[in-house]
Amino acid sequence: MSHVIEASGLVKRYKDVIALDGLDLSVPAGTVLGLLGPNGAGKTTAVSILTTLLQPDEGSATVAGADVIGTPHLVRQRIGLAGQNAAVDEYLTGFENLEMIGRLYRLGRRRSRERARILLEQLDLIDAADRPVKTYSGGMRRRLDLAGALVAETPVLFLDEPTTGLDPRSRIDLWAIIKSLVAQGTTLLLTTQYLDEADQLADDIVVIDHGRAIASGTPDELKEMVGGERIEVTVRDAGQADLARRTLVRFAVGDIQTDGRAETLLVPITGGAPVLTQALRELDLEGVAIRDVTLRRPTLDDAFLALTGHGAESSAKGRTDSAPARDDGAGRPREASRR
Amino acid sequence: MMELVHSFGDGAVIAKRNLIKIKRVPEVLVFVLISPIMFVLLFAYVFGSSIDIPGGSYREFLIAGIFAQTVVFGATFTGAGLAEDMQKGIIHRFRSLPMSRSAVIVGRTASDVVYNVLSLAIMAITGLLVGWRIHSGVLDAIGGFALLLLFAYAFSWVMAYVGLLVPSPEVVNNASFIVIFPLTFVANTFVPSDNLPAPLKFFAEWNPVSAVTQAARELFGNIPAGTPQPTAWPLKNPVAYTLVWVVAIVAVFAPLSVARYRRAAQRV
Ligand SMILES: Nc1ncnc2c1ncn2[C@@H]1O[C@H](COP(=O)(O)OP(=O)(O)O)[C@@H](O)[C@H]1O
Ligand SMILES: [Mg+2]
Repeated sequence: MSHVIEASGLVKRYKDVIALDGLDLSVPAGTVLGLLGPNGAGKTTAVSILTTLLQPDEGSATVAGADVIGTPHLVRQRIGLAGQNAAVDEYLTGFENLEMIGRLYRLGRRRSRERARILLEQLDLIDAADRPVKTYSGGMRRRLDLAGALVAETPVLFLDEPTTGLDPRSRIDLWAIIKSLVAQGTTLLLTTQYLDEADQLADDIVVIDHGRAIASGTPDELKEMVGGERIEVTVRDAGQADLARRTLVRFAVGDIQTDGRAETLLVPITGGAPVLTQALRELDLEGVAIRDVTLRRPTLDDAFLALTGHGAESSAKGRTDSAPARDDGAGRPREASRR
Repeated sequence: MMELVHSFGDGAVIAKRNLIKIKRVPEVLVFVLISPIMFVLLFAYVFGSSIDIPGGSYREFLIAGIFAQTVVFGATFTGAGLAEDMQKGIIHRFRSLPMSRSAVIVGRTASDVVYNVLSLAIMAITGLLVGWRIHSGVLDAIGGFALLLLFAYAFSWVMAYVGLLVPSPEVVNNASFIVIFPLTFVANTFVPSDNLPAPLKFFAEWNPVSAVTQAARELFGNIPAGTPQPTAWPLKNPVAYTLVWVVAIVAVFAPLSVARYRRAAQRV
């Protein structure tokens, strides 16, 4: 069996929340699975189960040929994990952190030091190598944490929202690092709230919501479902919305949707700025008065809109029970209708 | 067997990490080492000069008691350190690594031995400065310190367990006083236990802190001539009795703590 990560029917309940509700995953060797979902969807819970930090209430999983429940110790030897929050020791230097991790993977003293040095170099932390982590910026801690996951060159990696909270520049840097890793044949499960990140890094994407997979496929397949780019047009007068819709329909590569307010149209397109220019020209010819227009690349929110008909609100909030809602990073909850 | 080897190996890695922290934040150490000095000085001058014991120096009698009391108090350091570990981000890393599940605690109790060595050394020096003398041989004296250290090590396993039970490091101090005060005061640490009322006397005689104090006193040659021989078995055989406790404490609290750590580590 060439699936390095295999999970079936994972269920995890907390008092009144079902964090995972029968999740199946399978990741072939050497590929990247993007687990995409809003805050509270169950991403961290899934990663925690697969990395043996948490026991599922139901279901089973194997990672790198070892059972996560039966032989967690074997799993731990074969995985590297960078969790959602950087798991680094503040008082140790970057080098000491990595050396310690190497020792705890039982790489031996020499190899541990060697790996520490190589990784600090690779992740551009070499200048800060001998400074206590206390003095590191958020981005540096993230990179050090990622380095920690890479110390033992394990065949399987788990990265839980590796770029959340990073500035755009650091995000792109981290993407490059992750891509180079994957090029070396590592099997990777990555969680993210960003569609573009999954698009950039993943071979396959599973979209989860309320602990359940609601869609899966390659990034291209998903984009096809979601629509790639789109134009958002807000007309000055809601009465002209229909005229605008009729005008724009020939540019659309999927259904035109409206925002909750009738005067905003979401038009999936391909072709970028030239198409936008053309569309605006047509609207102008038809005499449609425009208040606002943007060209947008799809977000998780858009994916949810397309897949479920509602925005990517925090899963916890979408429930009828009294689950505490976590802060809502990805989704601006919004009313949407689908035509 | 392999598990035991790994436990020590990984524990050593963790102990090194703890010691690096002490090096980086020496303020913590300064603070915890000042209190032993204060203990010695306060007891030596406040009590030591106002209480007489026939045929000897109360100050010399006191020192071993202060040693014992201080290392027992010092064990809270272990508990607080572990409770703090459990709150820090790095614990998530430890949980995901193929390291021994006992390493975090083994490492913590081991690195705190260093702290106990320092605190005993500082107290001994302070003691010598205020007139305490060892009236026995070098080997006996080393034996006395070794026994105190062993007892301190064992007791730090008790506090390790407490540290894993409580939600935050601050609680460790409060929780531990409930245990530590009776143990260190209803004992022969500061006054001979013979004069205590019956139930307290019984407790004091069988209290391991009394035994380790008695043993240290004997080994340092700090029992004044003419002091009546103790009648209770533990105080007649203080070294053996202390060692029994050391083994018993570790045998009970090491598995308890490790089990507790496993459970705590399962929570996200
Ligand atoms: N320890 C916990 N106790 C109670 N509820 C939890 C706990 N951990 C997670 N949850 C809940 O489970 C759901 C999934 O959480 P999580 O896996 O962290 O989502 P994600 O990582 O996708 O943001 C959320 O509703 C969250 O509030
Ligand atoms: Mg998460």
